[in-house]
Amino acid sequence: MSANSDLNIDYLANLARLALTGMEREKFARQLGDILHYVEKLKQVDVTGVEPMAHASPVFNVWQEDTARPGLSVEDALRNAPAQRQHMIVVPKVVE
Amino acid sequence: MADDLIYLPAARLAELLGSGKLSSSELVQSCLARTKAVDGRVKAFNSYDETGALALAQASDQRRAAGQARGPLDGIPVGFKDVIAVAGQPLTCSSKMLANYISPYDATVTVKLKAAGAIPFGRLNMDEFAMGSSTENSAFGPTANPWDLSRVPGGSSGGSAAAVAAGEMPVSLGSDTGGSIRQPAALCGVVGLKPTYGLVSRYGLAAYASSLDQIGTMARTVEDAALVLGVIAGHDPRDSTSFKADVPDYRAELGRRKGPWRLGVPKEFFGAGLDPEVGAAVRAAIEHYRQAGCEIREVSLPLAAEYAIAVYYLIATAEASSNLARYDGVRYGHRSTKAKDVVDLYFQSRAEGFGDEVKRRIILGTHVLSSGYYDAYYLRAQKVRTLIRNEFTAVLRECDALLSPTSPTAAFKIGEKSSDPLAMYLTDIYTISVNLAGLPGISVPCGFTGGGLPIGLQLIGRPFDEAGLLAIARHYEQAHAWHTQHPSLS
Repeated sequence: MSANSDLNIDYLANLARLALTGMEREKFARQLGDILHYVEKLKQVDVTGVEPMAHASPVFNVWQEDTARPGLSVEDALRNAPAQRQHMIVVPKVVE
Repeated sequence: MADDLIYLPAARLAELLGSGKLSSSELVQSCLARTKAVDGRVKAFNSYDETGALALAQASDQRRAAGQARGPLDGIPVGFKDVIAVAGQPLTCSSKMLANYISPYDATVTVKLKAAGAIPFGRLNMDEFAMGSSTENSAFGPTANPWDLSRVPGGSSGGSAAAVAAGEMPVSLGSDTGGSIRQPAALCGVVGLKPTYGLVSRYGLAAYASSLDQIGTMARTVEDAALVLGVIAGHDPRDSTSFKADVPDYRAELGRRKGPWRLGVPKEFFGAGLDPEVGAAVRAAIEHYRQAGCEIREVSLPLAAEYAIAVYYLIATAEASSNLARYDGVRYGHRSTKAKDVVDLYFQSRAEGFGDEVKRRIILGTHVLSSGYYDAYYLRAQKVRTLIRNEFTAVLRECDALLSPTSPTAAFKIGEKSSDPLAMYLTDIYTISVNLAGLPGISVPCGFTGGGLPIGLQLIGRPFDEAGLLAIARHYEQAHAWHTQHPSLS
């Protein structure tokens, strides 16, 4: 496990697509440092040969028939779109 | 009539509706009047649908008059945590990100409740995206604890607990990822049930940490929780972790299961950090079971007690960072008007749309999953999770249920812990391991502090043995009157 200083807040904010202010960077780095320090305790546990657990449900590999079912209309699906035109979502220009 | 109704359990309201002494329209009017009278102070609701609720009440009354009532919940209003989809109603997750979002579809639990005739009354406040333990992380302002308006109701389902405690709703739905139903239920003096992971469909529950999230119910009595669970439980092909479990008539089972039971008391859940008044009330509840002839066994859950919070904050934040990547300002949700280009649109929309705790958890989760750290954090946490589940499996082989405090303290002051995330996380110390293990848990009122704040007893059951867990909880409830006391709200 890492030392607290390994938390590179700029790198992570970029990966997470979050614009942070200078104050946020400083505050979050400190608070997350505390939390990472706390979780260091997991190093004490012997996990040799232990299988990781993804979730607690005794269900694996759920298959469904590939059959069409009624879904949302285009109007309903786009009702919450911030900007739309002719049944399409409008976004800022991607290529110049 | 209205004042007589506000604290009646749903089962009693169902009797009155069934006998014709009460109409659903009168009941909904009573809830509206109570909500208008107290919610300015409690702030349990983000919104409610007066016209829609009254129309559904009228439809229920017409069904009943035609002899076509759909069962005990027909005509009963239900409050929804603002994270569970109801078609045509807001679904804000108490976030600026979804402040204007209207759900285009119903969650599976909503479909089931509507089919039973229940009335989706309104949207209950919560910590933003269910991340928090006090409802202070709501973008729309905190909910107050009805027992002391200067204190938090707990969280993240604080609105769901406060609405029931304040007499606004007979029952409500919440979601519980690390204690978010049980802890606010304890702090507000109501019953809060988190079912076994996989028993209730998560389809239509805005995802926080998918391997831990579970929808459950808040109620005035264990019987009401059993009633609601019987409606919302069951396999759903739309949720790939939904389990094909038997769904018995939980309410009927309450009367069939009489004990005595073998009950475990995890000794580590009574250690440092437990408020003495809370500890005393919970020990008195344990004594109730001993005197009823139950065998009380001290058990040990050393890994759960020591490591559950660390495991939780690695797994939950990892899943959250992935789940919340969908909020990008493109298809729905908040879109920044300041973006320079399409990539900047993501950065700015997320910066403006999310609050501090959500940002913290996304960043932590991103770190946990990032190249070079995955094995050390996420994978290790998943392995310790296995060990914690094994620990519970072993003690539940010899015990029908476990007894503990729900929360180490009664309700704390608004603002008391909001600047220290780690201190806030530690308030979930007794509830969080139950989610990691996927077990059912329930909090029932078990007393008050000297200052008049409610205390909760947590019971933890075997997977998919909600019938047993509810019967054990009701055994205590029937012998005590804590759940019949209500805040003065004066």
